[in-house]
Amino acid sequence: MAHIELKNIRKSFGLVDVIKGVDLEIFSGEFMVFVGPSGCGKSTLLRLMAGLEDITSGEMSFDGTLVNALAPSRRGIAMVFQSYALYPHMTVYENMAFGMQLAKSSKEAIQERVEKAAELLQITPYLSRLPKQLSGGQRQRVAIGRAIVRDPKVFLFDEPLSNLDAALRVATRLEIAKLHHAMNSATMVYVTHDQVEAMTLADRICVLRDGLVEQVGTPLELYENPQSLFVAGFIGSPKMNFLNGEIASKFGANTIGIRSEHIEIADRDGSWKGKVVHSESLGSDSFVYVDIGMSGDPVIVRQEGTRHHNPDDAISIAPIPGKIYRFDAAGKPLKH
Amino acid sequence: MTVEATAGPAVRTQPKIESELLRSRVGAAMWFLLPMLAALAVVAGWPLLRTIYFSLTNASLTDLYGADFIGFKNYLSWTTLKSGRTVFSGLLVDPTWWNAVWNTLRFAVLSVTLETILGMIVALVLNAEFKGRGIVRAAILIPWAIPTIVSAKMWSWMLNDQFGIINDLFLKLGLISQKIAWTAQADTAMTAVLVVDIWKTTPFMALLILAGLQMIPKDIYEAAEIDGVHPVKVFFRVTLPLVRPALMVAVIFRLLDAMRIFDLIYVLTPNSSATKTMSVVSRENLFDFDKFAYGSAQSTLLFLLIAVMTALYIWLGKVRFDGGDR
Repeated sequence: MAHIELKNIRKSFGLVDVIKGVDLEIFSGEFMVFVGPSGCGKSTLLRLMAGLEDITSGEMSFDGTLVNALAPSRRGIAMVFQSYALYPHMTVYENMAFGMQLAKSSKEAIQERVEKAAELLQITPYLSRLPKQLSGGQRQRVAIGRAIVRDPKVFLFDEPLSNLDAALRVATRLEIAKLHHAMNSATMVYVTHDQVEAMTLADRICVLRDGLVEQVGTPLELYENPQSLFVAGFIGSPKMNFLNGEIASKFGANTIGIRSEHIEIADRDGSWKGKVVHSESLGSDSFVYVDIGMSGDPVIVRQEGTRHHNPDDAISIAPIPGKIYRFDAAGKPLKH
Repeated sequence: MTVEATAGPAVRTQPKIESELLRSRVGAAMWFLLPMLAALAVVAGWPLLRTIYFSLTNASLTDLYGADFIGFKNYLSWTTLKSGRTVFSGLLVDPTWWNAVWNTLRFAVLSVTLETILGMIVALVLNAEFKGRGIVRAAILIPWAIPTIVSAKMWSWMLNDQFGIINDLFLKLGLISQKIAWTAQADTAMTAVLVVDIWKTTPFMALLILAGLQMIPKDIYEAAEIDGVHPVKVFFRVTLPLVRPALMVAVIFRLLDAMRIFDLIYVLTPNSSATKTMSVVSRENLFDFDKFAYGSAQSTLLFLLIAVMTALYIWLGKVRFDGGDR
């Protein structure tokens, strides 16, 4: 359990500024996800919290204690790496027990904690195996187990699912969500470039861009009230449709954004006429890509169930009134 | 290995196609290996067999081809005198030979041990990130790049009892009270040889270990940092076990090299019984003393000793040449 405060945190590698002044508060017991495109500084920010990199300027405190100069091992953190970072020459048990052994804990205490963590993650049958004898998903569970054994106040996850295949990613995501419920006192900070992971796991999401915080909020806040064009485009799948030029100026905006589920196939006043570029049926819903004569990407329309449209069919689509996001030239939202 | 491992399970499901593939792979492998095997047979196999054969004859340099086969008499022979005393002769009871064996083993163990420790330290330093690392890495290889004859001569001048810079330095620093004939005196000759060999070969060791160190993923060290492992413990519990496969292979290379050391000793301390190694005495017999058969016997025994030591090392050290157990 730890309340984390970041005040004007900056980090430079030589002349390159990676983190350019981040103010952020992470509440005790919260699951905070850092999300953003590659190179936005999200991993660096996590490594600053871990103490693996030195903070160039600013203040970072855990529960009110300044930790800027504190060694990683004394911050009460545990970290799960993208590449698992297991010790390849040690068994699963040894990997999980290593930290405690060096802290001179009693054998019984170590065994109890390792076994409890192994049980929680269902890796008990593999305790005597070497990491190389495990699959990627099992390895990542061991890495999570090693973090649990440390009994940290803060869990730090650095893209833990990126090396797993799609099915395992979903399964392990669920494991992490369950872990958060099981250890509801621990603060978790999770870095990902995948907005679906962010949306599904987070209590709150922090969207980063070019070393600055773009927006912080619950998943639904970000989805429903994006505070910038960037967040609007980054959160949500498929990506929000952006239209500018004549269509946008009709709404008194420089750019308008509209999500694919907020467009209907209908011929009414104010509808856009175009032709089908491509259609995808995913079973539960279908997506139609429509070219309405604007430059840029085709407009994506979501329909429930399976619908089929032939390429080059003429089609007429209309936005659902009141579901249009309007942005000014600077990419900031306009009030209704 | 790989061919068997990958083809093995699949053979059962698709016997025809897979076996054809396997056959063509094996065929290709044979053709690639053939030139190498032929070259080895000519430059290593044949001379080795000839040496073993000569060691069983009474050949001399002047009469190589008219030699008679005398069995193992070069190794061990005995005559019973009229008095009833049996006198043994031959290589196995030759004190000069056993002195050389002892010198060689002492040299090999001491030099390889010290080179391994120093090489590890140098490798750890070079593995750290600092400015100008590339230049330092290149510079450290210089002693190894100089031909042994050149560096041995260079050191023998530096160690010269009358004009050598080392005596001069040590005198000025007050470390010694009179000039020492480092390479000529029996009690310092081996040390001199060891110092020069360590100076020369530590870079090689360091480079091989460095290659092993760079195979260790960086994030493991970060995990250890978060676990709060003391750097010394990280070295012994994480780095050393992980670099061990590379280290073992590096040591075996050096051990083979050290067991057959010749040039350095021949140039630096000629004719010193304190440093003469197996290679040196066998060359003496082969060419200087015109005891070609006897020298051949020594060469054969040297070969056997190296073979046994290497086999023992591989077996005891569980060395794996396929890149270790990662």
